[in-house]
Amino acid sequence: MAKYILKRFIYMIVTVFIIATLTFFLMNLLPGSPFNEERTTNEAVQKNLEAHYHLDEPLVVQYVLYLKSIVTLDFGPSIKQPTETVNSLLGRGFPISAELGIWTILIALISGVALGVFAALKHNGVIDYIAMTIAVLGISIPNFVLATLLIQQLAVNLGVLPAATWSSPQHMVLPIVALATGPMAIIARLTRSSMLETLTQDYIKTARAKGLSPAKIIVKHALKNALMPVVTILGTLLAGVLTGTFVIEKIFAIPGMGKYFVEGINQRDYPVIMGTTVFYSAFLVLMLFLVDIAYGILDPRIKLHKEGGK
Amino acid sequence: MIPAKKQKEQTPHSSIPDEWFKPKEKNTDDAESVVRPSLSYWEDAWRRLRQNKLAMSGLIFLIVLGVMAVIGPWISPHDVDTQNLPNQNQAPSLNHWFGTDELGRDVFTRTWYGARISLFVGLMAALIDFFIGVAYGGLSGYKGGRTDNVMMRIIEILYGLPYLLVVILLLVVMGPSLLTIIIALTVTGWVGMARIVRGQVLQLKHNEFVMASQSFGAKTKRIIQKNLLPNTMGPIIVQMTLTVPTAIFAEAFLSFLGLGIQSPYASWGMMANDALGVILSGDWWRLFFPAFFISATMFAFNVLGDGLQDALDPKLRR
Repeated sequence: MAKYILKRFIYMIVTVFIIATLTFFLMNLLPGSPFNEERTTNEAVQKNLEAHYHLDEPLVVQYVLYLKSIVTLDFGPSIKQPTETVNSLLGRGFPISAELGIWTILIALISGVALGVFAALKHNGVIDYIAMTIAVLGISIPNFVLATLLIQQLAVNLGVLPAATWSSPQHMVLPIVALATGPMAIIARLTRSSMLETLTQDYIKTARAKGLSPAKIIVKHALKNALMPVVTILGTLLAGVLTGTFVIEKIFAIPGMGKYFVEGINQRDYPVIMGTTVFYSAFLVLMLFLVDIAYGILDPRIKLHKEGGK
Repeated sequence: MIPAKKQKEQTPHSSIPDEWFKPKEKNTDDAESVVRPSLSYWEDAWRRLRQNKLAMSGLIFLIVLGVMAVIGPWISPHDVDTQNLPNQNQAPSLNHWFGTDELGRDVFTRTWYGARISLFVGLMAALIDFFIGVAYGGLSGYKGGRTDNVMMRIIEILYGLPYLLVVILLLVVMGPSLLTIIIALTVTGWVGMARIVRGQVLQLKHNEFVMASQSFGAKTKRIIQKNLLPNTMGPIIVQMTLTVPTAIFAEAFLSFLGLGIQSPYASWGMMANDALGVILSGDWWRLFFPAFFISATMFAFNVLGDGLQDALDPKLRR
């Protein structure tokens, strides 16, 4: 197990390093300096600005400084908003994005698993059919389309829920629904198929023969094993939710990290783009790492396979 | 019941003509004529797919969409980017079938133009993923050992990269255009295909027919192409069908963020983004048409992919 965790940990570090390096060199491929357009600045000011952002140093020095800034988690000042640093933007945006993300994942998990289990229990019945139609629809409707449709119908036409910002529980409903529907659908489909497979296993028959109540069989014996595939895709789903927050935060004018990222892109504010990209990827890779470990702990077969096989 | 049975037992055998008991002349030509015509794997899969109503309706929708993407902009009397400011934000009418946008451009024409972009991006992404993924996965799975180990480590790292984040980063650097979108989507997109092909090849490569090929001295490329690939086509096709909606989503997502297709060209994502500005005025058609077509296209590809999965791999079927 320790070997497995260590291996995953090294992957994690390598992945973050690759993303950081990729981001740095891609940004440096862009022609010109960020201050080229500000023609009014005189030579001395330009020099000072470049010195302030270390743009006058050779590329290698800049790269080392950049890696240092990542290790120390200090992403430096924003270019377009001189009073802000990337850290202050992240510090303000991240808690809001995290709140949105956590609620989304929680709701997607609970409703997705419930939908999948009911569909599997009523296999080929009306409930199964309806649940799976909802699931395919949920996968097919892009989150930003769902968000705009929800705003149009529920906020503008019916006026039951507020359309934007992030100030009260009512404000959170639409963004969370818009973001959670896709993952919910994926979880529901996966839960259903793995539940169907689990229900045919011998130990379920044994449990039934012992005279356990159906509820107990489902929760204690079937669901526990049927949820393993759901754990595996949790990392990928998290990635989807995280990138989904960019567009959802933009639509609902939520002042989260995604908003600063998109603004950074639109204003070509390179430190902000680089900082948020690295932060996002590091966060995501950390989550994938945790999911991997959780999976290793939950499924003893993984350990056998990994250590017995190689 | 009972008397009838008795009667049957009493039926004398003599009522059957004697010539029925003569041995039939042996004819090997139509010895198997009772057997139904043998269906190839693909005919069999097609037969199963045809029974899946949802998948078939998806297929029909996609065919219609494809046809309209080609001829739609021709049918319409309006250009994709002709602005007509007096006619802005008009509801659907006989002249403008899907209404007009805030610059007086015809939404009908723009919708089909968007269909071209979406289908092109989706199909190109699937095709490029296919070539890279099959070559990489096939080689990795067939070679095995150290080669496989190194190649899989690379895949695992690429798999850990957040897909859309990398795409956004590349688009910021390369600038938005159709070509860069496709490049950005395929840079990490082929990984899923490579994994599937590798898994299949690993299962297949110890079969006798591969050994036979090897003993005839066939080269690696030939074995992968002629022996292994045809036997993995099922999962590959399913994966391709499911790649298309992912790519369509990504393109719409990027265009929605303003990083994708640029004006004057039209893309569904961009049209949905433009519609966000007039959402309060009740101009429903601005949002409805792009939203409907993105969702319906992705839905159609998803149900078709599911149907293909069932049809091509009946073992998985429930």
